Amino acid sequence: MNRMENPLAGVKSEKFRQVGKPLIRTDSPTKVYGTAVYAGDLTMPGMLYAAVLHSERASALLRRVDTTRAKELPGVHCVLTAEDLPASQGVMTDMPGQTGGMTKNTKQPILAKDRVRFCGEPIALVAAESVAIAEQAIGLIDVDYQDIDGVYDPFDALAPGAPIVYGDDNVVASYKIRKGDIEKGFAEADVIVENTFTTQYQEQAFLEPEAALAWVDELEVLNIRSSTQVVEHYRAVADAIGLPHNRVRLRAEFVGGGFGGKEVMTIEVWLALLALASRRPVRLVQPRERSFLSHGPRHPFNITHRTGVTRDGKITALQISFTSDAGAYAKLSPYILLYATVGATGPYRVDNLHVDSVSAATNNLPACAFRGFGTMQANLACEGQMEEIAKTLGMDSMEVRRRNFIRTGDANATGQIIRSAVWSDQCATQALAALGKRPENSQTTRIGHGVACYQQSYGRILWMKDSSEAWVGVEMDGTVVVRSAVADIGGGQSSALAQITAEILGVPMKEVVVYFGDGAVTPLAGTSTASRALYMSGNATQMAATRVRENLLGCAGRHFSVEAEELDMNDSQVFVVGDPKRSMTINDCVKLCAAEGVHRHNLAIFKAPTSEGIDPETGQGEVFPDFTYGAHAAQVAVDIETGEVRVLQSIGAHDVGQAINLRAVEGQVEGSALMGQGFALCEELILEQGQLQTRSLSEYLIPTSEDVPKIKAIILESGSGLGPFGSKGIGEPVYAPVAASIANAVTDAIGVHIFELPITPEKIVKALRRKETVG
Amino acid sequence: MTDKKTGMAREKLVNIHVNGTACEITVPAWRTLLEVLRELGHVEVKCGCEKGDCGACAVLLDGEVVDSCLTLAWNADRRSVMTVQGLGGPGKAHPLQTAFIEHGGAQCGYCTPGMILAAKALLDDIPNPSLDDIKRGLSGNLCRCTGYTRIFSAIRAAAQALRQEGGTS
Ligand code: FES
Ligand code: FES
Repeated sequence: MNRMENPLAGVKSEKFRQVGKPLIRTDSPTKVYGTAVYAGDLTMPGMLYAAVLHSERASALLRRVDTTRAKELPGVHCVLTAEDLPASQGVMTDMPGQTGGMTKNTKQPILAKDRVRFCGEPIALVAAESVAIAEQAIGLIDVDYQDIDGVYDPFDALAPGAPIVYGDDNVVASYKIRKGDIEKGFAEADVIVENTFTTQYQEQAFLEPEAALAWVDELEVLNIRSSTQVVEHYRAVADAIGLPHNRVRLRAEFVGGGFGGKEVMTIEVWLALLALASRRPVRLVQPRERSFLSHGPRHPFNITHRTGVTRDGKITALQISFTSDAGAYAKLSPYILLYATVGATGPYRVDNLHVDSVSAATNNLPACAFRGFGTMQANLACEGQMEEIAKTLGMDSMEVRRRNFIRTGDANATGQIIRSAVWSDQCATQALAALGKRPENSQTTRIGHGVACYQQSYGRILWMKDSSEAWVGVEMDGTVVVRSAVADIGGGQSSALAQITAEILGVPMKEVVVYFGDGAVTPLAGTSTASRALYMSGNATQMAATRVRENLLGCAGRHFSVEAEELDMNDSQVFVVGDPKRSMTINDCVKLCAAEGVHRHNLAIFKAPTSEGIDPETGQGEVFPDFTYGAHAAQVAVDIETGEVRVLQSIGAHDVGQAINLRAVEGQVEGSALMGQGFALCEELILEQGQLQTRSLSEYLIPTSEDVPKIKAIILESGSGLGPFGSKGIGEPVYAPVAASIANAVTDAIGVHIFELPITPEKIVKALRRKETVG
Repeated sequence: MTDKKTGMAREKLVNIHVNGTACEITVPAWRTLLEVLRELGHVEVKCGCEKGDCGACAVLLDGEVVDSCLTLAWNADRRSVMTVQGLGGPGKAHPLQTAFIEHGGAQCGYCTPGMILAAKALLDDIPNPSLDDIKRGLSGNLCRCTGYTRIFSAIRAAAQALRQEGGTS
């Protein structure tokens, strides 16, 4: 792998003036005053309103889609079905914006033609004068379905004779890892522990449903302003409808939550088609019920671990199998399965390893990206298995973890050498210590403590050959502009770029404006996914700002007749270190540059390390730029009569490399604590024969303010990451261990392990009854 | 306009005071306050579900917090509505807004307008709320990003600031 040279070149002081501080995010005031604009808030003169007809059947032939009555309704401008679409008949749902190799068969029909494969598949689009008319028109479309056999379980889908949903055999993807000598490893083991863990569908449940506005402008450019994590979708839109790439402009507005659900294209291509057909601006805001159908939830996984371990807790062999339910289309399932496969061993070193993973197509909702991207499911099994191993051996589970933690310099599951710091032990120890003393059990409540560690990548898969560009410039009055097409999805993505730039150019953060998210006028930054936005765009911004700094200091050095190294910048001043009388304001310095014809701006590109892929037979090779490590600890109280679990404390301790904005990092830890609690205890999309049963936020329950435990973030900084100033990615990593820590705490409380998430009161009561009858 | 069959008015002119400004608008009986406010340009009132599940659309109606998606516009006739923009803004921020900014109470920000108004109603009721009061007061407002911890601390800080303000003025 190629690495960048010391990213700190250009910043003199090791101690940062602004980086790492809990400064006010640049996007905070506008959001708090209610002036921030989201895609669904946008209007244009002559704007039409869209509505979408989604399939009511999970597996059926479309005998006829009759739009006559809908088209006749006054106020309806256009009704589109598959018949009206351009020949390409599909939209790419492969990894967005990538330059590397793609998976086969990742096109999905924009609108279903002869057959629907899942309940919710889009069939027709309407644009009309009002939302009410558009909805009425949707109701007037007659669809003649003929049900055909479907398959609703991934194991059934893989069985011989199953109805075929995808390809020839319903296999969307499969991987294997063959490392070391597994037979020898099992022979060396004193005990073998085998368990199967299952996880459920989890819905992103962002507060802002999908929304976008599209129109054709005076340059004959198709514009889309959308709630998306990926500005580069403009290419996929263009390809799907047969326009050149330079005729589609996609802008990402402030996103009201994404969590992966706005990674693969959602509604943009529908609006593009309607805007082209009607030649009017068209807006769509998906009603919540249809939002559930418009993006993919987290994959349900079935994971079996068969672990050989010595009496003193050393893992000698591990055999893992994964089966995930991809639903009706591939979307990102192959990549999510790859993440699970690479993350199969969690933060542990396993020299003798077999992994077999498969993702199967069914007639269920297509699952897709969700914070953690397969790694968190894999991790959940690892951490549950740690408890089971410890129980079998009569050891403390932290001791078993310590015997097996991967360390810097070790090879992970795919043989990639870990180069950055691995502070799993420190993080877990601190998180557990922060729980403090256990409260006493009462008559009916049992207290439990649980911990979980993890390994989660940040940055994209290496063979995607990722890069990000950023532009930094100083205006004549000394204020600063950053341009980056990064999508701001709520984690402070654009604010972090302001903070980095302010640090390097020695200006207050409020002097920096970040233009973000515009595929046409800000340099392309890649996606706000894969915990890569800070890593990639932060590095590009740091490079650009550093070069601008060099130019400014060069001019100032000539002015003061000193070497640039003798100069520093702070508080909008450029000065000779140790000689404060020799100083000038940044605007005077910029004017000097202008007079000398020196650039006051820079466009930088940061390129991630790359690799050519893994060996398909052994699964060995480098897959990710780097990994983040940490731990989460939870304290729960379980009511053994009702089975109700209350989380009392939830503590995340993570080595973030270097915090850029401490408050923003802590915010990620806190938000993930509650989201992970939902996954562990209450969240579950329920499908029956492919039909979604939980279609509202009163049926799909996410934790509320009343469920909030005492949440604490412990931030450690090894400075060893590949991001700006040694930072690591954190958006997904901090989520990875939460559910496992809560599950482990419940096991600790009740003495029974529930292997099937979510851990509902019914499952607890049942498990306790079984324990009583057996024990 | 009246319905020919039932003789019931189907549309009527309503007069709603939004953030202190009188707004007249003719609306059918079935339109929600949420739709009407957004039509009037108050897009700071967000929509997350249209079913009363999320609280993103919360506004103050004569000082009481309501989900505007569950309130018919007719019911707001001759009443006053406050949205987050009416509470304060740049240069004249309400202590709750200042505290939300300083504590980092907004991440994606989509829940924030409703959350702040629910907090305002809570503090009007209970000027010195306990943590449990706050949790109860926000139980109708979902946030998927923050884990609520910074929202809680912002509300406590604002409560204190408001009490001090009240004490000195
Ligand atoms: S939009 Fe009114 S409660 Fe969700
Ligand atoms: S800040 Fe995103 S939902 Fe609350």
